[in-house]
Amino acid sequence: MAIAIRAEGLAKSFGGTVAVSGLDLAVEPGELLALLGPSGSGKTTFLRLVAGLESPTAGRILFGDEDATHLSVQDRRVGFVFQHYALFRHLTVAENIAYGLRVRPRRERPSDADIKRRVADLLDLVQLPGLDRRRPAQLSGGQRQRVALARALAVEPRVLLLDEPFGALDAKVRRDLRRWLREVHERTGHTTLFVTHDQEEALELADRVAIFDKGGVEQVGTPDDILDRPATPFVAGFVGEAVRVPVDAAGSWIRIGDHQVRTPGENAAGPAELFVRPGDLVPATDPATAIPARVIAVRRGGAARRAELLLTEGLPAVEIDLPAGHCARKGDVLPVSLATIRLFTSR
Amino acid sequence: MSVAALRGWTSSHRSFREPSALPGFGITFGFAVSYLSLIVLLPLAVLLARAADLGLDGIWRVATTPRVLAALQVSFFISAAAALVNAVFGSIAAWVLVRYEFPGKRLLDAMIDLPFALPTAVAGIALAALYATNGWIGSLFAPWGIKIAFTPWGILIALIFIGLPFVVRTVQPVLQDLDREVEEASATLGASRAQTVFRVVLPALLPALLTGVALAFARAVGEYGSVIFIAGNMPFVSEIAPLLIVTKLEEFDYAGAAAIATVMLAISFLALLAINGLQAYSRRRLGHA
Repeated sequence: MAIAIRAEGLAKSFGGTVAVSGLDLAVEPGELLALLGPSGSGKTTFLRLVAGLESPTAGRILFGDEDATHLSVQDRRVGFVFQHYALFRHLTVAENIAYGLRVRPRRERPSDADIKRRVADLLDLVQLPGLDRRRPAQLSGGQRQRVALARALAVEPRVLLLDEPFGALDAKVRRDLRRWLREVHERTGHTTLFVTHDQEEALELADRVAIFDKGGVEQVGTPDDILDRPATPFVAGFVGEAVRVPVDAAGSWIRIGDHQVRTPGENAAGPAELFVRPGDLVPATDPATAIPARVIAVRRGGAARRAELLLTEGLPAVEIDLPAGHCARKGDVLPVSLATIRLFTSR
Repeated sequence: MSVAALRGWTSSHRSFREPSALPGFGITFGFAVSYLSLIVLLPLAVLLARAADLGLDGIWRVATTPRVLAALQVSFFISAAAALVNAVFGSIAAWVLVRYEFPGKRLLDAMIDLPFALPTAVAGIALAALYATNGWIGSLFAPWGIKIAFTPWGILIALIFIGLPFVVRTVQPVLQDLDREVEEASATLGASRAQTVFRVVLPALLPALLTGVALAFARAVGEYGSVIFIAGNMPFVSEIAPLLIVTKLEEFDYAGAAAIATVMLAISFLALLAINGLQAYSRRRLGHA
């Protein structure tokens, strides 16, 4: 399959600080790829390297077969959307969107009528018809970000780069814009990279997710891959609100504190880490395999009731999602069993 | 005016005194008005009273004598030119101070304010020495028959010197706060560096720049000390209006001096009002209140 963007051994440091190192990543044409990671993991720096807003200390960036490493920002034809919109405050919405077309050299510039038509089409696409004469200060945050996207799309970019596009918006607007961005992507089919630190956003919106840590990519895969088949302990611990529990592994058994639990596969003998997500634990049906856990807190969160459990004294507390009607209370002993076992043997 | 009428006035102008979570309007407004009256309006009123001795037609007669007209022209045109020159070079100086790191930056930053601190007569004498036909810079131009000191060019140079800090100091903080991402957005959209500067950066700086220009212009119009040492003070050529006022005072023609001053005041006020109007317009375009 053809590749839209490829990073090879990409590295960037600022003074003595390494932001990105030895990064390899291939982006497929037309896909919506989320770059997810904790802050300082290099995801925004990577996005800026792709845009040409930073130049790499080492490595290459290819757009298709073309080496774009030394291409100037202006010549890369990327659409960049900033977290804080970065709209031109002295221009109207229509002038903002037309900006990229107006600054073209006379030979390549579309006619005024074409520009006008293009702006109107884009205003329709971002669902802001009739606001063309407003100024950015007269728009809400969500509207501003739509204008910023329209402005980026106006230049027919080869790739769309979004840097935490919904980071400055409130939860409700975020959800609406997320759905809307997915629709826009399906209609326009642009190869899109977007940076986020919101897991839910990344997993819900993207075709594939790249998990960043310490300036490199830990895993790239579909949301299912990332959630069900984490490639590294970091990914397992980062996604899905997992708690790390140190255990001892031996053959097809692991020992969690005083309790023995049978695992589906064989494990290398020695210390290991068990990653427990709220959905991995279920109230036990078979007393033989049950772990008697002590409830140390119960909270109501959304549809479920979430309880914090101590499997054994001295281990980190794990979480379990219970039905809202469950009567578990602080101090109770709740027999639980592990429905899913996510184990990484320590090196 | 009766109390009832007064009350009616305040209630129909609610925006003038609305209850606020940040009280203090009454006391600060009162203080500001009294202070302004004492420091600014009262002296100006005395000036107008003095000029009024001549009557309107008397003022007009003084102001339209050829020598006074020439001096007013010299004062206002050269002040405007100096303010425009400062707009360009002051902005560049502010840009360099904000955007780049270089050794001696703090020293340069402090030097910008020197024209504020130096007695202007000292500046005038130093500039005159430098730009005279036998001075370091003047002697470079002399072979081409260009005289700088003791001509209107000398006035221009002195006024540029004293006006520079106004532009730099008003533009600098705005440039400091200018969002770099806006420039980056412009670049990703294909704009060249020059296009970004002229289409994005300058419009954002415009309100501050106009304020700086207005201040530099106002300061230049009123400048006396440095100019008289470098101007040569030739009537009809390089004589500024403030010098003419001093001349009139020395001749004990107080009414004549007040008349010229009143005309200067009126022109300055109109010019500043125009610049402020432009400034308000450009601020509105940027989405400020």
